[in-house]
Amino acid sequence: MPLFFRTIFKTRGEAIAFGAFLLLLLVILPLAIPVFRLNLVGKYLSFGFVAIGLVLLWGRCGILSLGQGVFFGLGGYCMAMFLKLEASDPITTAIQSTPGIPDFMDWNQITKLPLYWEPFKSLPFTIAAIFILPSVIAFIIGWALFRRRVGGVYFAIITQAIALIFSLGIDGNQGYTGGRNGITDLRTLCGWDIRSENAQYILYFLCVVLLFTVALGAKYIINTRLGRVLVAVRDREDRVRFSGYDVAMIRAFIFAFAAMLSGIGGAFFVLQVGFMSPSIVGIIPSIEMVIFTAVGGRLSVLGAILGCLIVNFGKTTFSEAYPDLWLYLMGSTFIAVVMFFPNGLAGLLEKIPTSKSKFASLLARFQKTTPAVVTKATPISDEN
Amino acid sequence: MGEYTSEELQSIFIMQSFSGLSLFSVLLLMGLGLALIFGQMGVINMAHGEFMALGAYTVYLCSSLTEKFAPAFGPYYFVAAIALAFVICAALGALVEWLMIRHLYHRPLDTLLATWGLSLILQQSYRSIFGAREVTPTLPDWLMGSYNVKEGLDIPINGMFVLGLSIVVTITLMTFMYRSAFGLRLRATVQNRKMSDAVGINTGKVDRLAFSLGCGIAGIAGAAFTTIGSTGPDSGSRYIVDAFLVVVSGGTASLLGCVASAFGIAQAQSILEFFLEGTKGKVATLLVIVIALMIRPQGLFPSKVRGN
Repeated sequence: MPLFFRTIFKTRGEAIAFGAFLLLLLVILPLAIPVFRLNLVGKYLSFGFVAIGLVLLWGRCGILSLGQGVFFGLGGYCMAMFLKLEASDPITTAIQSTPGIPDFMDWNQITKLPLYWEPFKSLPFTIAAIFILPSVIAFIIGWALFRRRVGGVYFAIITQAIALIFSLGIDGNQGYTGGRNGITDLRTLCGWDIRSENAQYILYFLCVVLLFTVALGAKYIINTRLGRVLVAVRDREDRVRFSGYDVAMIRAFIFAFAAMLSGIGGAFFVLQVGFMSPSIVGIIPSIEMVIFTAVGGRLSVLGAILGCLIVNFGKTTFSEAYPDLWLYLMGSTFIAVVMFFPNGLAGLLEKIPTSKSKFASLLARFQKTTPAVVTKATPISDEN
Repeated sequence: MGEYTSEELQSIFIMQSFSGLSLFSVLLLMGLGLALIFGQMGVINMAHGEFMALGAYTVYLCSSLTEKFAPAFGPYYFVAAIALAFVICAALGALVEWLMIRHLYHRPLDTLLATWGLSLILQQSYRSIFGAREVTPTLPDWLMGSYNVKEGLDIPINGMFVLGLSIVVTITLMTFMYRSAFGLRLRATVQNRKMSDAVGINTGKVDRLAFSLGCGIAGIAGAAFTTIGSTGPDSGSRYIVDAFLVVVSGGTASLLGCVASAFGIAQAQSILEFFLEGTKGKVATLLVIVIALMIRPQGLFPSKVRGN
């Protein structure tokens, strides 16, 4: 056990930070803020799953996916389909021309539940689908592209196109997917009212516990051999290939893993927010998920979760009060983070003890502007 | 397609092909700018769509100013406005390159994120300055109307103008790339940056010129766009994914590939959109491109240069 513990936390400081963060989310926040706000925090944390995936995929392995919203959406839609079917039993939907099917299908003159909706009547199937569907699709996409050595910016653009296809596809098939409005009016999970305060508390705690389990798992991956191979693939792909590793398989695997995490996040999003719509899966939300990770720190698991909380909190607070200023603030924060603090908040926090020398080296790096080789990313300093 | 006669079907194909040509022109102009920036320099400019919108807004401003102060100049302002759109976008592009992009050349994925931040800021400033509503410049009379070929077949003049404009820009750019000293320096820098530095090419300057040229062409794309649609703060971002796909599926470094793929994508979209309702035509087109890219990621005309 101590060995396992030491594999996860390299320093005592890390373990303390992890514990403090967990304490904040599990004890302090639930006591300090009303359940409505807590529910919002839970919603932000559901993006934390995506962010952890991006830390592994982007920060560690150097693959930038602009399509994480697709996998978030796949998980979310699986959950939403199950909840929607439960909410539209024949008795509640008796006023429809075809009782027993979701209301938006009825509005679109569909009289029979489509075949692929049928299995989502079962909870075990739904849960399995949330885990399996995003990862299998991601693996197929990843394998097809990485095997042909597509990477870097091409991969980013292709995944972005997939995000566009996915959101347009959902948007355009209103009768089968709920269209632009999405799947709304979700009420119960196996007869348990998910909108009650009680349920919101339980779902929040469930979300936090699962998120931190995933975070521990991600830290474990980072500090084992797999984690080192990931970094090696990011920094010197050819050397890893020459050493006999299957680079395409490693990349496809980590892409599928990140997609699975996104799917879990999507499912928790639906459970806590109570709807799913294409506006949460398209291009912009997918990039926003990358932003959370970048702001928090693309190398740090805890940093990424923190980034989700901070950016989303800022978004909710500022965009209510100053909707115009918010986009300026978000845009410039993002430029600043990318240009001056590529390791995000976590990188900044780590620098505090020796801030003077680190700041000097940061400045030096920024001033060293000779455009070097364009196709290779410079290794980001790697201390977690 | 059963309910159409073959005569009608033929007219539909011709009409949709022509409306596809307008889309082709905009995609081509967007794609050329991106091909220059992305294909040659490896920089992903997510704000490219916002540069296009800037060009469109420039035309709109010119149109309102002409109407107000020099109505007599009305029929001719459009040509000047295109030139102005190019200059303004190129200037902003040079500024952005100097402030932001040049610090990020060694981190290509980060240029994507930083320029996305820029696009947020630009979009919001359009919204603050011009309002959230879409605007349309008053077009000169000679751009309006359509040319009636035969019964049931009209070809809009603005579409033909845009097509002509994009062909002129393409030919100019190709001449510039392959016949001028700057083009030579640019191609040398792309092929081997260190050697170019060593033989005395100011690669920093080449980068800045290439980036601002790419942005300038986006400005022309925006000016062309005003003749076929109205401009809103997010007009540019609607085309950005398509434009990137044009560049990627053309084979990034190839201008000719860019022309071919812009044509294919625009025609497929425009014809499919007629037969499939709503967004399904677009989804089908994008799906085909993405699957094609999975099978042949190097695009139509892959560059024969070895990776550096």
